[in-house]
Amino acid sequence: MTAIVDYGVGNLFSLKSSFAYIGQDAVVTSDESVIRSADRVILPGVGAFGDAAKKLFDSGLAKVLTELANEGKPILGICLGMQLLFEKSYEYGEHKGLGLIKGSIKPIAAEVSSDYKIPHIGWNALQFTGNKSPLFKYIKEGDFVYFVHSYYGADCDESLIATAEYGINVAAAVNSGNVYGTQFHPEKSGEVGMKILKAFCEI
Amino acid sequence: MITKRIIPCLDVKDGRVVKGVNFLGLADVSSPVKLAKFYSDNGADELVFYDITASAEGRALFTDILCEVASTIFIPLTVGGGINTVDDFDRVLKCGADKVSVNSGAIRNPDLINAAAQKYGDQCVVLSVDAKRVDGTFHVFAKGGREDTGMDAIEWIKRGQSMGAGEIVLNSIDTDGVKNGFDLEMLGAVCEIATVPVIASGGAGSIAHFTELFKALPKVDAGLAASIFHFGEVDIRDLKSTLTKQNINVRI
Repeated sequence: MTAIVDYGVGNLFSLKSSFAYIGQDAVVTSDESVIRSADRVILPGVGAFGDAAKKLFDSGLAKVLTELANEGKPILGICLGMQLLFEKSYEYGEHKGLGLIKGSIKPIAAEVSSDYKIPHIGWNALQFTGNKSPLFKYIKEGDFVYFVHSYYGADCDESLIATAEYGINVAAAVNSGNVYGTQFHPEKSGEVGMKILKAFCEI
Repeated sequence: MITKRIIPCLDVKDGRVVKGVNFLGLADVSSPVKLAKFYSDNGADELVFYDITASAEGRALFTDILCEVASTIFIPLTVGGGINTVDDFDRVLKCGADKVSVNSGAIRNPDLINAAAQKYGDQCVVLSVDAKRVDGTFHVFAKGGREDTGMDAIEWIKRGQSMGAGEIVLNSIDTDGVKNGFDLEMLGAVCEIATVPVIASGGAGSIAHFTELFKALPKVDAGLAASIFHFGEVDIRDLKSTLTKQNINVRI
């Protein structure tokens, strides 16, 4: 069973539906005991980093997730959920993240010309790095996935498994041990996205 | 590199797709779920559903159908029609919509853009504008293009962006339904001031019109159309293959 962590950030309808579609049990929950008993955990998220991080830390879920990550449980952060895995973010100030992935979150706008509209929104092709990950066992380089974001993961070369070109090489996905993250939305990336979720369920 | 998006638009009334569609091998052509699946399987990058229902019962049916669509296909969904309040945003987002398109509701109450963007993020708020040439300028029309608001479309779009609209759909009433190509002049004027993605709508009649659109206006992010897709005049896979040959980056 997969626990989709519900901490009051974003819409989890499509994510839950995706698991039903690929034939995997998933529960949307904020219950610590359910999260602890799950085989794997998804950390979703849409919105601002600061608010979301505060909710995670205040609710105690940050501590639970860190413990589970250290115990070796597979954890996948999606979109803002991926960003929250990083050490810190510079979105409207400076905010502390979970620190499960080395690196920080910075604005795309500071790196690219004004020809690149912000947010980076739409379908973009995945470029694989030299780092291999079981998350991609059913997909290939060049497959398209759906992005919606204005900030990106920087200084994360060690865990970077895929990038997407948008003026800079945007961190598209990361993997460090049992901790995974995708900046894009697998639950909105059609069949490619379903294959990524399926691969995560088989880790 | 980010791809240009191709977006079919479906008008839904009382939970069924109207205007008819004409697909070979598709038995129930007014089922939003079946059509959404068909488009998702055949290369659509995103789908737009417009609820043209007038009654509360019809609206409830639409919401049910939306949930069903969002459980069946996994590409971005935009919903428009009858969006007048933040509660309307809430209603469709809970059913799996990713973006919500506002038009007349935002004209009546521009603060709706601001309020929704603050609550759900800019990326969620699509400002849909029906515009038409009046005395040498582009005017915003309300109520499905029936009423001239007198507002300048370029100024309205600037204002919408500054209030938090994350995307603009520009529908040219002058070219809509004519099938003689997109309104490149009007779209060009909007692209000059647009800081967010621009979706072109109105006038597509052939594959060549999409090629022309993206070649002439590289700042346009997506092309939206309805009947030419529904009646099979343009097949999205063929369209994308032509665009690729013309070096326009699309998702294949």
